[in-house]
Amino acid sequence: MIPPQQVIELGLQAAAASGRSDETIVIVSDRAEASLRWAGNSMTTNGVSTSRTTAVISIVRQGDTARVGTRGSSAVDESAVAALVSAATDAAHAAPEARDNAPLLTGSGEPADWDDPVPTTGAGAFAEVARALSKGFAGTDRLYGYAHHVVETTLVGTSTGLRRRFTQPTGSVEINAKRGHASAWAGVSAPWFTDVPLDSMLEDLSVRLGWAERTVELPAGRYETLMPPSTVADMMIYLGWSMDGRGAQEGRTALSAPGGGTRVGEKLTDLALTMYSDPRAPGLECAPFVHTAAGSERLSVFDNGLGIDRVDWIRDGAISSLVYPRAAAAEFGTAPAVPADNLLMTGGTADLADMVAATERGLLLTTLWYIRTVDPTTLLLTGLTRDGVYLIEDGRVTAAVNNFRFNESPLDLLRRATEAGVPEKTLPREWSDWATRAVMPTLRIPDFHMSSVSQAQ
Amino acid sequence: MSPRHGIDEDFLALPRARLADAALSAATAGGASYADLRVHAITTEIVQLRDGELESAVLDREVGLAVRVIVDGTWGFASHAGLRPDIAADSARHAVGVAVTLAALNAERIELADEPVYPDATWVSNYRIDPFAIPTDEKVALLREYSARLLASDGVDHVSAMVMSVKEQTFYADTFGSAITQQRVRIMPTLEAVSVDAAAGNFESMRTLAPPTARGWEAVADDRVWDWSGELAELPVLLAEKTKSPSVVAGPTDLVIDPTNLWLTIHESIGHATEYDRAIGYEAAYAGTSFATPDKLNTLRYGSPVMNVTADRTIEYGLATIGYDAEGVAAQDWDLVRRGIFVGYQLDRVFAKRLGKDRSNGCSYADSAHHVPIQRMPNVSLQPGTDDLSTADLIGRVSDGLYIVGDKSWSIDMQRYNFQFTGQRFFRIRDGRLDGQVRDVAYQATTTDFWNSMEAVGGPSTWRLGGAFNCGKAQPGQVAAVSHGCPSALFRGVNVLNTRTESGRG
Repeated sequence: MIPPQQVIELGLQAAAASGRSDETIVIVSDRAEASLRWAGNSMTTNGVSTSRTTAVISIVRQGDTARVGTRGSSAVDESAVAALVSAATDAAHAAPEARDNAPLLTGSGEPADWDDPVPTTGAGAFAEVARALSKGFAGTDRLYGYAHHVVETTLVGTSTGLRRRFTQPTGSVEINAKRGHASAWAGVSAPWFTDVPLDSMLEDLSVRLGWAERTVELPAGRYETLMPPSTVADMMIYLGWSMDGRGAQEGRTALSAPGGGTRVGEKLTDLALTMYSDPRAPGLECAPFVHTAAGSERLSVFDNGLGIDRVDWIRDGAISSLVYPRAAAAEFGTAPAVPADNLLMTGGTADLADMVAATERGLLLTTLWYIRTVDPTTLLLTGLTRDGVYLIEDGRVTAAVNNFRFNESPLDLLRRATEAGVPEKTLPREWSDWATRAVMPTLRIPDFHMSSVSQAQ
Repeated sequence: MSPRHGIDEDFLALPRARLADAALSAATAGGASYADLRVHAITTEIVQLRDGELESAVLDREVGLAVRVIVDGTWGFASHAGLRPDIAADSARHAVGVAVTLAALNAERIELADEPVYPDATWVSNYRIDPFAIPTDEKVALLREYSARLLASDGVDHVSAMVMSVKEQTFYADTFGSAITQQRVRIMPTLEAVSVDAAAGNFESMRTLAPPTARGWEAVADDRVWDWSGELAELPVLLAEKTKSPSVVAGPTDLVIDPTNLWLTIHESIGHATEYDRAIGYEAAYAGTSFATPDKLNTLRYGSPVMNVTADRTIEYGLATIGYDAEGVAAQDWDLVRRGIFVGYQLDRVFAKRLGKDRSNGCSYADSAHHVPIQRMPNVSLQPGTDDLSTADLIGRVSDGLYIVGDKSWSIDMQRYNFQFTGQRFFRIRDGRLDGQVRDVAYQATTTDFWNSMEAVGGPSTWRLGGAFNCGKAQPGQVAAVSHGCPSALFRGVNVLNTRTESGRG
């Protein structure tokens, strides 16, 4: 494989030599991945992979209009690059006008790390985890789970001189433990697979399985509920994905306001909660610039290389920003706002033990599952509780409860929350295929809506 | 039926035999008792329009090679984007290395069920027009024209249009001696119309019912495969009626469910529940398990006696249809539920052996060279009744109920018991006839209660093939395309929710 930097220069040179496009963007992502799965105290699947994706975005301008052609390929041979540029340019000439036209960003040349070798990973990343796991496999609880490590380096180069590079490490370990009919879950985000607290995860799982020695059947209904950080993350990530500005402006999302316009400015809660994304958040670092081969409501190919800063989507309990690429921001007379690939929320100072101790009777959840939109007008979502619903009585966990199907809106949860605990780094279980970087508080909901009982264990 | 197309020259031009020789001999030399090589190319084009304007058109081709080995009873897997014999050999050695490194974690010795050897097989799906022979601008132009028809209608404020085209090419070779080259295409067109009531801060949408299918561009281009003219003319009228319709009254309700909605309920509550890997816990930490455990095989009453469900990888235009699976097993068809009794599972070569079967039923699939083959869903279909009831006949049996058309939202628990679905449109049934639409409907049930409440199934004339491109399973996540055929069917006393009430807005 030729180095990714060379792919970028070859692509830009080929485009310049052809003289058939006005501007060109080349994005190369080199990805190394290792995975390990286990079930019933035995490994099931594993693997390592090395791959590259190259995207060429060709832009043809005429007056105030622009046409875009995009071609992507996983091919790694040098000869493929010129063919990709040629195909993208052909596509641009045949394309209708782009709706998100904006000038390309210009750059100040190569960043200091531009030519550094691309870091990688392999099965060796799991050495420590595997040692601790094999001890767990020798125990009496049945263990299921997954360890995953991806190191992906993305380089963006444009014919306007912009060069940006970022290496994104993404890792996670999830363990599901079963004892009899009881099931518990623990998960952590581990970007570089250092210091994965596997032993303490196993201890925590054992405590939770112990809580299930007594079980109580409860019917559907509204319950005071402590939503731990993973569950808050899963609901708030969905809210974040639903916060595109255009849809709200056009009256077609839950962020549209009655009478027209958006809900920006609406106070959801008197709790001083701020929900934000920030590419420089410690331990949750992610790309501080836009890199995308495909346009959408949230991203524009014209914005490739655009710096991403912290954005407060909710500030002090009020909706404060929606997502706008530059062209949409100009259209709607607002500032561009681009989400980084993480999500954080502020909270209070109480830890989970404090919040349990302050609960007379309520439910403590572990994780949520199979979350889908039921009513987009209110962002009503359905889903299930999974791997541990616990009954709190007089400030103590006293039993495990059956699972439930819930119907709730993340907007309504914020509107009704009465307490937020200390924010913690967490793994959002439902969305961990896409989102592993989150910090969230525990939320106390006085009347969480459990719509029906699920027999699933 | 003989295919209308051969395998594309550019895929045939890859050094398939040399890659196989390099990978399989390096694996064997490294100590593998078994190895397979898969060269997997997926070409995807997604064209998206919003209000008739191009939002995105991206054509992407992914190709790579994967080597899977068994060393001393343990799997190892490695993949690479490079298609050279030396890379294939290195990948084989990496796969052996992975198996050796992680062997201590393996407690179950891997063994494969037997399968005949297919030394030089090819298979191509049955499509008329290769979607990749149609230039992007022609696709954009057609979607613009379809969008314009909807936008020109009263009450339609916005239109989203999308067509996704996929071509999948694979070469598979194993140390038993099979060498199989295959190619299939699939296409998914959708248009959605949105009606906005800005003053009330409300909106409503409705999507086309055209299913994704393992056909070519002919499924989109004109009215011969799907009646686009009829559907695009009807959609704004139905949407306008929906925006003015009353909110549903919640409670146990008799339902006639159209195949355009029921296919997804089959997918979630039967398709996933009869995956053997789930049933024995392989997906326990992620996609979940199944209530249909091996001890219930041939005894569990899954549904009423009119319930007959088959699995196949053979049906024409089925999204899971293929010649041979990712382990070189030839495509088959079999029963999952017969007269309401649970009788079958989906298997690969390892699980067939574990269940004590002679042969796999061919459900191994990986969605990319960079992913391990796992047990994936075949086409799973509810069979029609023999007395050829029409949908109107079924509606005629209901005095007060709902007729549900089109799929929308879906969710089911991790043991495949409790599900909740919405739809595109819901018609009130009164005294055996349709009586206008209602809105804010979801239906919620437990799988076996639901299927046991099925009183009647429509006949062959009501049977339609639906499906999805985006069925998710495994970690790292894999997607698969799968079809589900079914007739209209009548269910008694299913719990219907009012989604406004569910949100506390009553």
